[in-house]
Amino acid sequence: MKYFALVWATLWRKRARTVFTLLSLVAAFLLLGLLQAAHALFSLGSVNLAAPILITQARVSFTSPLPLRLLPQIEAVPGVAAVSWSQFFGGVYKDPKNFFPQFATVPERWRRVFSECRLPEEQFQAWQASRTAAVAGRELAERFGWKVGERIPLQSQIWPRRDGDRAWTFDLVGIFDDSAKGSCARVGNMYIRYDYFDEERQFGRGNAGIYVLRLQDPARAEAIGRQVDAMFENSPDETKTQTEKDFTLNFVRQIGNLSLILYSILGAVFFTLLLLTGNTMSQAVRERIPELAVLKTIGYADGTLLALVLAESLLLCTLGGLGGMLLSVLAMRVLAKVQMQFPPFHADLRVWLTALASMLLLGLAVGLPPALRAGRLSIVDALAERR
Amino acid sequence: MLEQVAAVTLMNLRSLPQRLGTSWVIVVGIAVTVAVLVSVLAMDAGFRKTLAGTARADRAIVLRGGSNAELSSTISRENTLTIMDAAGVARGPAGKPIASAEAVSIVALPLKRTGTAANVTLRGVGPQAFALRPELHLVAGRMFRPALRELIVGRSAVEQFKGVAIGGHIAFRDSDWTVVGEFDSGGDAHESELVGDIETVLSAFRRNLFQSVTVRLESAQAFDRYKAALTTDPSLSVDVLRETDYYAGQSRQLNKLLGFLAVFVGGFMAVGAMFGALNTMYAAVAARSAEIATLRAIGFSALPVVVSVFAEALLLSLLGGAAGAAAAWMFFNGNAVNTLGANFTQVVFRLSVTPALLAQGIAWACCIGALGGLFPALRAARMPVAAALRAG
Repeated sequence: MKYFALVWATLWRKRARTVFTLLSLVAAFLLLGLLQAAHALFSLGSVNLAAPILITQARVSFTSPLPLRLLPQIEAVPGVAAVSWSQFFGGVYKDPKNFFPQFATVPERWRRVFSECRLPEEQFQAWQASRTAAVAGRELAERFGWKVGERIPLQSQIWPRRDGDRAWTFDLVGIFDDSAKGSCARVGNMYIRYDYFDEERQFGRGNAGIYVLRLQDPARAEAIGRQVDAMFENSPDETKTQTEKDFTLNFVRQIGNLSLILYSILGAVFFTLLLLTGNTMSQAVRERIPELAVLKTIGYADGTLLALVLAESLLLCTLGGLGGMLLSVLAMRVLAKVQMQFPPFHADLRVWLTALASMLLLGLAVGLPPALRAGRLSIVDALAERR
Repeated sequence: MLEQVAAVTLMNLRSLPQRLGTSWVIVVGIAVTVAVLVSVLAMDAGFRKTLAGTARADRAIVLRGGSNAELSSTISRENTLTIMDAAGVARGPAGKPIASAEAVSIVALPLKRTGTAANVTLRGVGPQAFALRPELHLVAGRMFRPALRELIVGRSAVEQFKGVAIGGHIAFRDSDWTVVGEFDSGGDAHESELVGDIETVLSAFRRNLFQSVTVRLESAQAFDRYKAALTTDPSLSVDVLRETDYYAGQSRQLNKLLGFLAVFVGGFMAVGAMFGALNTMYAAVAARSAEIATLRAIGFSALPVVVSVFAEALLLSLLGGAAGAAAAWMFFNGNAVNTLGANFTQVVFRLSVTPALLAQGIAWACCIGALGGLFPALRAARMPVAAALRAG
């Protein structure tokens, strides 16, 4: 620590150069922070889907609805605690930009399957009492500033009503919360009543959509999934059962091979960075060779010089890196307010750890060659400026 | 004056090899930036090209009113007849309208590359579909036969998805379908699809509703007449779109996303590369300070010095830009990529590194180089001659 002043002073020896290097580091880490957070979003790293829930869909595709008659058979499978079903509603609220998912489901079953989501008892009663009633997650309600009692008009892109009209209106009677932070991944969704929806829709009546199974023991998810699929094998309604996480991941993967693209970009950015910073560091050391020789003459050990140069490079990388990460957090705050297509994304611990590790690695990689050079310096040659 | 400029610039460029150790930072930094930028934009261009290639000005697609894609549309059998018989539809030699009432269904097939399930479009087409889309032709095997569970598969689909080559069996619903042919349609969106006979598809999926009707118009100008005929018919509630508009609308969202990504990521990398260039050029000016001071002392004016620094930065960034654009073209041009289309199914397209994109990449490189060279050039011009001579 006693050398900090020295390292700090040498870092700012050429102010313009250090500022430019810092700025390019900041730009790179800002990008890293944002891309990492986006990646965490697409790989669902930041979404908690750990509840013991299986989704059973038609094997051909989740868009082909399964009929309601499969219900007793699925419910009879040992180890299944509760079964619900839901049909994707595909409604647009005022503008297609306001996308959020809505599902038609059965309140009583919904409550048993999604037991992590907390809906106050009187709101639940209200949901059961009125056919046009709906409930929304806290996050969704806050996004549009909805209060209980709000009337929510939705244009369904899939389901016309019996008279051919696609405009539906629902009454918001409840807002549900997460029982523990991050345990109810559904706080961005809205749920309407299946009985009302099924009676009102123009076609497809009597189809359940997908089944949602809550298990007693999460460890048996795979076995139960196989058992359900085996029951319907070779029937007109073959099923595919997977954990909720896999089901959701499948959706995200459809967008294309995003991680590969993100990682290629990250790789390119890092390569460029390594180059720029490495160049700056070796320039900085080359210029200071006489100074380093003086330090050696007055008794600094080889190891100390090596450590000093390394410390300078680490300091540079950490400063730039932290600056960039802080900016990325700010940028995410702003983006969360502006963009509504995606759920809000945050830099979680993993993103920060990756960033810190990158700063250290980068600092070492660019600092080591000049540091070694400084450590091995021969005093006589250096003082005479023979390089 | 011009002679002075030329002489100093040439002298400077000839001494460039001595500074290679630092100069290549500019070249590589800019090359990577340009490569990233060009490949993201190439994705955008490729997707647009695929969707635009699917459309023809003299074809129109009819969907249920308010549906934005075929998947969420439904049209009854009686309505399809009205739609195909309306005024403005071109007719074939036998007097039949050149039109096809179609249904799409999503089928999950594993991707060859990752083995994960991807949504693929299964399209049921009417008997006139191949007169309607002459760009679609078989390249191997034979046509499917109506009433048999047979399919033909697009070239892009064969490339991307497992088990859809000729002779392959695809099981969905309680039925087993055989792939009997492979078609080419010039790399358009239909090439990512499985195609079968409409009645067979409807019966296999136990449906009785069509989802879209595509018609060939007598001419591109007949569209308004055709649209008026359908929208004034009280028995119909449909949207009539030119195919060109329909497919352009589908690519809009991804275009926006990729455009944003290109500018955003490219912008950040460009800033980083610019600071790298600044550092390098300042170092270059510092290394040349004795030379520059000498030139000034023997009577050269500031302009040739500024130009020589500027030219060095530009030349290096041009090299970098060209290398980056060339790398993007070599490694990514023609690469097949798949993403989600409007029907919630995969559309396969190819990255297309167009000459315009190459030019755009090199233009970015020049901007970076110009900005990175400007301030060091000014410093070189303002260098106090006496001090610089002493220091040298």
